[in-house]
Amino acid sequence: MTAVLQTQGLGKRYARKWALSDCTLDIPAGRVVGLVGPNGAGKSTLLNLAVGMLTPSSGAIEVLGAPPATGPSQLAKVGFVAQDTPTYAGLGIADHLRLGARLNPGWDHDLAQARITRLGLDRSQRAGNLSGGQRAQLALTLGIAKRPELLILDEPVASLDPLARREFLQDLMEAVADQELSVILSSHLVSDLERACDYLIILVDSRVQVAGDIDHLLATHHRLTGPRRDLDRVPAGQHVISARHTERQTTLLVRTDGPVLDPAWTVSELSLEDLVLAYMSRTREVDNSRPTLEVAR
Amino acid sequence: MTWITWRQLRAQVLVVYAALAAVAAALAITGPQLADLRRTNPADFLVLFPQDGTYKPLYFVGGAVVYALPVVIGAFWGAPLVARELETGTHRVVWNQSITRNRWLATKLGLAGLAALVAGLISLAVTWWCAPIDAAVNSTEPDGGFFNITRMSAVLFGARGVVPIGYAVLAFVIGVTAGLVLRRTVPAMAATVVAVVAIQVATPLFVVPHLISPERLTTAITATNLRGMSLSADDDMVTDIRINLDKPGAWILSNETVNSSGQVVDELPAHEADCAPRTGELADKASSPGPPASCFEDLAAAGFQQEVVYQPADRYWLLQSIQTAILLSLAVLLSGFCFWRIRRDFT
Amino acid sequence: MIEFHLDGRSGVSPYLQLVQQVRRALRLGLLAEGDQLPTVKDVVGQLAINPNTVLKAYRELEHDGLVAARPGVGTFVTRTLTDDTLAAHAALRLSLQRWLTKAREAGLDEESIEALFLTTFRTAREDIA
Repeated sequence: MTAVLQTQGLGKRYARKWALSDCTLDIPAGRVVGLVGPNGAGKSTLLNLAVGMLTPSSGAIEVLGAPPATGPSQLAKVGFVAQDTPTYAGLGIADHLRLGARLNPGWDHDLAQARITRLGLDRSQRAGNLSGGQRAQLALTLGIAKRPELLILDEPVASLDPLARREFLQDLMEAVADQELSVILSSHLVSDLERACDYLIILVDSRVQVAGDIDHLLATHHRLTGPRRDLDRVPAGQHVISARHTERQTTLLVRTDGPVLDPAWTVSELSLEDLVLAYMSRTREVDNSRPTLEVAR
Repeated sequence: MTWITWRQLRAQVLVVYAALAAVAAALAITGPQLADLRRTNPADFLVLFPQDGTYKPLYFVGGAVVYALPVVIGAFWGAPLVARELETGTHRVVWNQSITRNRWLATKLGLAGLAALVAGLISLAVTWWCAPIDAAVNSTEPDGGFFNITRMSAVLFGARGVVPIGYAVLAFVIGVTAGLVLRRTVPAMAATVVAVVAIQVATPLFVVPHLISPERLTTAITATNLRGMSLSADDDMVTDIRINLDKPGAWILSNETVNSSGQVVDELPAHEADCAPRTGELADKASSPGPPASCFEDLAAAGFQQEVVYQPADRYWLLQSIQTAILLSLAVLLSGFCFWRIRRDFT
Repeated sequence: MIEFHLDGRSGVSPYLQLVQQVRRALRLGLLAEGDQLPTVKDVVGQLAINPNTVLKAYRELEHDGLVAARPGVGTFVTRTLTDDTLAAHAALRLSLQRWLTKAREAGLDEESIEALFLTTFRTAREDIA
């Protein structure tokens, strides 16, 4: 099966600052991929590279087996809902659908019409007069009715209220169920993505910290609590993501493929949020040049 | 793609076409009467027509419209076409439909055709309407009057013929380029206005007259061809002599006195002022008693001659074609730059 | 037809919550043989969750022999869980109540009782496994 997104040492530099560096990914088809990380971590940069809005400064990127945006057929395979869901303020909803129909050979007219009807939107209304949620839904309609193989969404729900956020994700998930669509969406909040995604990429400080199926990530990360001890006594195969010590107690967050056998540890499961937060705070500790073991990817 | 591009530009195009249709209608109605006026009053037509309450304003409006059109097209059609998309982020929408950036840009630039069409039509209308005036001007000696300016001049060269098409197309492409580079609508419009006006001013002044090497005529200054003299105010030195060329409609580039070795003379001896009419600094020979013939003999004896550099009137269409070709080539070059530029990063 | 809900704070993964809710409905008789489960699209549209999560839950139920998927139609209940153990519940509850009374008499508070029960439950489960 072709990977939907494959990158090799991908990097993007603006002036002197690297917005994304050394990014190597191989995302299988059929996933709903969550791209999480704090604001400014490089999420938008990665997604814009994937749709060809940006060109790499280093490394290589392939989307559905070809370089991004190389021609009409490649463009037809990838849908993009850009950050802040831009629309033509002066054009009406019907005009937007007409635009989609004219510019996409695979345009699904019935799907688009049905969605607009279900959303209860007035077709003659100008996009500039829509609420943020309605605009996002219009942008999603354009992205879905194009019938892409991969839909990329850049912070689609960030500016929406909780209800609009929920409705947007419901519609997105329905489209995934309906169309055998692969999806990559980014958010700085893992809670937005927890239910929707089955694959997670954590991006912090322009670097990919970890990427993989969420089930696998949750199965291989554990919180260990036990009497205080030094980190160099962690067995091979276990990688410490974060470590906290009190006088008596040590709490570790480790990644390991095998079981934790040491009876001194109390092993507990992690929530996805804990896992993401651990990786996010980890880079801060690395910055403080604390001796932390590198996590193999 | 054509539809959406047209949809975005529709309002501006219709406004311009409507305004120009009104001007064209006024020209169409009055044009035949203007031609009649010349037929019935061939001698003093150039004096008569500016006295009319319709022809005079239309003469100005026609010229102004032809010059303003490229500026309007550049600023209101070309500049927003790309700048507004980049400014509002809609390029991120349209570039992620199933068409390439190149095709998107090609379609936008293709609307330059509309610019060429409208400019061609209005220039045709103005050229046709002004034909009696231009013909009258070209059949008499220039008298320096405002309504006696030949179409072969920096002022009017770009207001007739096919050159306005070149200006309009180039202005449109300049607008698109400015939008692509500046990425903001209002600055792009401002930059376009400045650039287009600069080109409209600079090309007829500095470029067009030199596209073909001009004719050069060196002749003696005589009582019959002397048109006027300038005297310096304090010491009555002669600073400038001008003669009539007897080639109506020619584009006079310079009209200077040279000495025996062919160098341009800035000041002539004070006694040469005898040749000048008795009153006024720059006097008209027709309105004053003739100067003594001896002074012209003195001038010739001293080796002074008049050198006139000019483009003959019959080169009008050749120069028009060359300038238009140059403007269109610039538009093509700028378009190429746009296609190169659009490959850059846009988010 | 039943409607699913998700408890974000339970710590139980979404797919497991779906499985549990179907099993509970089967046990309580809310779902009977031949009943249809909500379609994947319906569940996804209602809960805004990943379709794969629903598919995974349904696959597990299918694997357990509780439901069967009919392609193009939907997923239907094939077996209920309102089984014969229901009869044994009364007796078991009675003995558990007796055990609780003994534990209280021995001075255990509620927290200790719970901890004791859970650890015993876990070790017993591991022994069986």
